[in-house]
Amino acid sequence: MNRAEPLSLLPLELEGVAFRHRGQTLLHPLDLRLERNGKTLIMGPNGAGKSLLMRICHGLLAPTAGTVRWCGGATPDTIRRRQAMVFQRPVLLRRSALANVRHALGAQGVPRRERARRADEAIEQFGLQAIAHRPARVLSGGEQQRLALARAWALRPEILFMDEPTAALDPAAIRAVEEAVDTFHHNGTCIVMSTHDLGQARRLADDVIFLVNGTLVERSPVQQFFEAPRSAQAAAFVRGDLVW
Amino acid sequence: MRRSGPRALFAAIALAITGAVQAGDSITLASTTSTEASGLFDHIVPKFREATGIHVRVVAVGTGQAFEIGRRGDADVLLVHDTAAEEAFVSDGYAAERRHVMSNDFVLVGPADDPADVAGADSALDAFRRIADGEHPFTSRGDDSGTHRAERNLWHDAGIQPRGRWYRELGSGMGGTLNTAAAMDAYTYADRATWTAFGNRQNLTLLFDGDDVMFNQYGSLLLDGDRHPHVKHDKARQWHEWLLSDQGQEAIASFRLRGQQLFFPNDATPPEP
Amino acid sequence: MDNAFQAAFRLIAERDPVLVEIVTLSLQVSLTAVLIASAIALPLGAAIALWQFPGRGLLIVILNAFMGLPPVVAGLMVYLMLSRAGPLGELGLLFTPTAMVIAQVVLILPIVAALSRQVIEELWGEYREQLQSLGVSRLGAIPTLLWDARFSLTTVVLAGFGRASAEVGAVLIVGGNISGVTRVMTTSIALETNRGNLPLALGLGIILLVLVATVNAVAYMVGESARRRLG
Repeated sequence: MNRAEPLSLLPLELEGVAFRHRGQTLLHPLDLRLERNGKTLIMGPNGAGKSLLMRICHGLLAPTAGTVRWCGGATPDTIRRRQAMVFQRPVLLRRSALANVRHALGAQGVPRRERARRADEAIEQFGLQAIAHRPARVLSGGEQQRLALARAWALRPEILFMDEPTAALDPAAIRAVEEAVDTFHHNGTCIVMSTHDLGQARRLADDVIFLVNGTLVERSPVQQFFEAPRSAQAAAFVRGDLVW
Repeated sequence: MRRSGPRALFAAIALAITGAVQAGDSITLASTTSTEASGLFDHIVPKFREATGIHVRVVAVGTGQAFEIGRRGDADVLLVHDTAAEEAFVSDGYAAERRHVMSNDFVLVGPADDPADVAGADSALDAFRRIADGEHPFTSRGDDSGTHRAERNLWHDAGIQPRGRWYRELGSGMGGTLNTAAAMDAYTYADRATWTAFGNRQNLTLLFDGDDVMFNQYGSLLLDGDRHPHVKHDKARQWHEWLLSDQGQEAIASFRLRGQQLFFPNDATPPEP
Repeated sequence: MDNAFQAAFRLIAERDPVLVEIVTLSLQVSLTAVLIASAIALPLGAAIALWQFPGRGLLIVILNAFMGLPPVVAGLMVYLMLSRAGPLGELGLLFTPTAMVIAQVVLILPIVAALSRQVIEELWGEYREQLQSLGVSRLGAIPTLLWDARFSLTTVVLAGFGRASAEVGAVLIVGGNISGVTRVMTTSIALETNRGNLPLALGLGIILLVLVATVNAVAYMVGESARRRLG
């Protein structure tokens, strides 16, 4: 991946970001900084606000308080084009695998000829050539998630958000996703990913963000998080106890 | 020519669909269902076209609605059968001219076993009284058509106000009314042309006709060109006059259905003053 | 019934020229109406599905209510518009096939708009985050949503075609059932019923049914083969 744009979006800074919905605080005010080329895993029990935090970072939801600031004063359009998100259940359009990738490139204004080249390259990168012309909606869960990754890959994002991308997959497919995370990372993409899987976090993370009940409890480098967590709640979570 | 967006669109659609019909060479005639259903126009319109090159587009509705179409200027000429209303139409200034064109008569039809014995009546009014006295089912058009008006006049002259379960006002065309009468073995008052052409008689039969009060006069009304400048007055007048010409009257007289002459030319009738 | 089938087969076997003319006009009018109504109603349905605006709920209720608009009322409205005494009278469109197309558009536009609104809104619920993530605006999402909902929307459009080709009240009023000009299948059936030619009327009804079924079958088969290819 050769990025021509001189300015980087990163680091991403959240200041006092909070989210309330119908009188309920779903995310308490928090500060957060995401660096270039990091691999940050967001952990925490169900309902902790992991997905919410990622959607706010990605720009799908606007925080009800605080600011989300990208570096370099990029235009909203540039910000949008330099990031991508992969959801727990991939949303694929009712067309072929290849056409899904092309559609995403078209949506971001990539010229038609380059679209075809980049789509082919992404399909190949994720070993999807054999099923490129199959309808995306009839692919297996693992294939669908790989296609979602290929689609994200084609967009050459500077930062990739992944919301529990392996939660519904079998071990072989999980392995493929983790390899993809490495591939993205080696190409300079910053990874922000949520997971329930402690082993996965150990394998992939540089650092861990730990959320409980909409509160950022702890952020630590991965080794410290697992071996000497600073909070009692994180310690309990790592032990496998219930946390709320 | 003023032409806003939607108008241009309509015009384009019109061109796309109506290409085959040259509106310029045609006139619109609003007439009654009785004349249309009998097939009269299929017989005389081609003859008129041969003579003049003008196509007549027939919109067949009840006489009441035909007057309304005329009042709004949506037809060029009318052929209807309600003399009193036609005269009013002229005096109200909607029509420039009115002529008697042709006539036939109404008939009283009913179930073949004739429970009211109208076949034995000595007049139309007597026949109507017999039906009302026995409260035998009677279906009325109830649609303010020429036939309906003629029927109501007969009840009035017989001194009867028809009401009750036996008297059914349908709000339907002549054919629909005959269909209903056939289905419920009811009496009904029909124009002879529709009755002759009607194919679903079942148990219905002609029981009484021939009384002078059952006379059915058709008139041609030429719309007023000053009131409706867009009407094709000249072409409509050609039709209006052709109907009364030897050729037109001959065409009407030569129309046969099931071997029967259904319309009788009026050439003896002098033009209205 | 037997007579009706005989009448239908006889008309078809003889390729009755009047019948051919009537069938052609019926298809022309109804297909044109469906085309125009869909061109307006599909984007309209999508827009209502995607945007929140004041009066949106009311608009949806009105559209749903107009799905049940009696054809005679639609016909009367168009008649009063196109009549010489009406606002569009000078166009001289009354008693022409164009007037019938307009009346049918009025009839089926609410159906196509209301049903496509429902279909698109459902799909938008599914696609929304992904499309937003890709930086697609709401306006930009419309072509994607229309294309991806194409199988459901085909059914919606066919429902509109069914209503257009089956109704008689509206085209009778604005078309006038003029022989050779505005006489279509349904008005012919009404006329033959009035003439008491019930077998012929029913025979025409059978032919109309076969026609509508054929159009539906073709659309179904095209849709199924595409569905198999694209999922």
